[in-house]
Amino acid sequence: MLPTWLVLGGLYLLPLLILAAVSLHQADDFGNAASVENWGQHIRSGEVAANYEKSVRPPFPPIHVRSFVLALVTTAACLLLGYPVAYYIALIAAPARKNLLLALVVIPFWTCFLVRIAAWRLILQDQGLLNTLLLKMHLITEPRQLLDTPLAVLIGLVYGELPYMILPLYASLEKLDRSLLEAAADLGARPAARFLRVTLPLTLPGIVAGSVLVFIPGLGQFIVSDILGGSHSMMIGNVVNDLFSGGKDKPLGAAIALELTIAVLTMLIAWAWYARRRGWEIGL
Amino acid sequence: MKSARSTLLALHALVVYAILYGPILVLMVFSFNKSRQAAVWTGFSFDWYVQLAQDAELVHDAWHSLIVALVATAASTAIGTMAALGLAGNGRELSARAARSTTTALVYLPIVIPEIVMAAALLTFFSITRWHLSLVTVMAAHISFTVSYVAIIVRARLIGFDASLEEAAMDLGANRVQMFFRVKLPIITPAIIAGALLVFTVSIDDYVVTSFVAGTDSTTLPVKIASMVKTGVTPEINAVSTVLLVCTIILVVVSQKLMTGRNAE
Repeated sequence: MLPTWLVLGGLYLLPLLILAAVSLHQADDFGNAASVENWGQHIRSGEVAANYEKSVRPPFPPIHVRSFVLALVTTAACLLLGYPVAYYIALIAAPARKNLLLALVVIPFWTCFLVRIAAWRLILQDQGLLNTLLLKMHLITEPRQLLDTPLAVLIGLVYGELPYMILPLYASLEKLDRSLLEAAADLGARPAARFLRVTLPLTLPGIVAGSVLVFIPGLGQFIVSDILGGSHSMMIGNVVNDLFSGGKDKPLGAAIALELTIAVLTMLIAWAWYARRRGWEIGL
Repeated sequence: MKSARSTLLALHALVVYAILYGPILVLMVFSFNKSRQAAVWTGFSFDWYVQLAQDAELVHDAWHSLIVALVATAASTAIGTMAALGLAGNGRELSARAARSTTTALVYLPIVIPEIVMAAALLTFFSITRWHLSLVTVMAAHISFTVSYVAIIVRARLIGFDASLEEAAMDLGANRVQMFFRVKLPIITPAIIAGALLVFTVSIDDYVVTSFVAGTDSTTLPVKIASMVKTGVTPEINAVSTVLLVCTIILVVVSQKLMTGRNAE
């Protein structure tokens, strides 16, 4: 385990701790962490937490809210789009075709995310395919701005995260004991009741796992909003990027990055704890 | 009634698959478009591919990507496999169990922490340690976040490993080294290959961390593509993306064939 600690300890944990240390500093003129002369004074005056205080004051709250809402809507959309697909693959498709259908869900995973998101620019831009199509169908009279809007970010997020939803849903639907559905039918339950009272509760572990796997990367997403969102649809990730690579205020960027990390870790730990208590397998 | 529902679900699945593959297809089709204007089809042409091959900077960045991916794959596969072997150890003492659970937590960290956070942390780390940003820092960064993929995949395979095989080999007179190379390694090889492949594709595709830790003379293909995308969609991007997509798809299909062939034996 020594090599693991050398690599992950030295190149992962240590940088993370340094980032935490940087977040306690003020920025100098170049946006780097200014050295602190007197730590006692720094702590007593509350300056040590100044970046965390700044991070919840304008202009940041709308961005935090937007990230949260986008991640939440993405999760809901992926669930609505993904559940029927997982259901189809697990319970309806011919067994011989299951592997192909699953492979088709997984293949996009392996292809360049950046490129796939960039492809949406072709579709969403003013003279893009979607606008051309809508114009030809006379649904709109002039091109709508789709690119560089929160809607474009939402589309990109759903598109990118969908496989993460379908796979855990498939895993739990596949394990579903079909004799329970037959028993429910024998006892007179209608299809809707069978779904709501048998299938849905039994696949709850998959629903929760998929939602966690979509929501968390969605919250920390950077590429999608960078490529499709423009300057008015920024998410937390873009703020961190902006403060860092623009060399504006690295300590503030570090504080926001850490808040994001803590939010993500808290959610994951809560999920792992809850899943373990309910006896769900979460594959860790 | 039942078949109507099945048809509806099949249709829905079809639509979702169309959403997943539509953008990729659009990209590929338009990479052969004659016109510079992205969404109007004016005729078939290979021009953008020719232009691509002549773009010295782009070819240079592609080489960078390949070198980084190969180094990261080799290093991460070796270190990740060692990590997995350590994690799947069977020491029962409290200290061994504690070491395993803290190491497991460490291994999961790169999987769960947002990439942008890691990009910021690594940039800060490199600048504080005065590590000059170059291909080496890019490699180090890629190794740091890909080791975990190998460790997790190989460990999953080791958990299913039948310990009695190990005992049988020892009973038959194999020493520890022989046992490892002739029993354990062949069993975990498919997982190691799968892990290596994942590292390669993750590394060659990485944009977020690379854009932070690459120096001006060490940009990679995704960083170049991102800057091209931001300066306006040209058919050249479609062409380079198509090349990249076709390469990864071939890689995945070949490896799947290799692995299923291996398992079938």
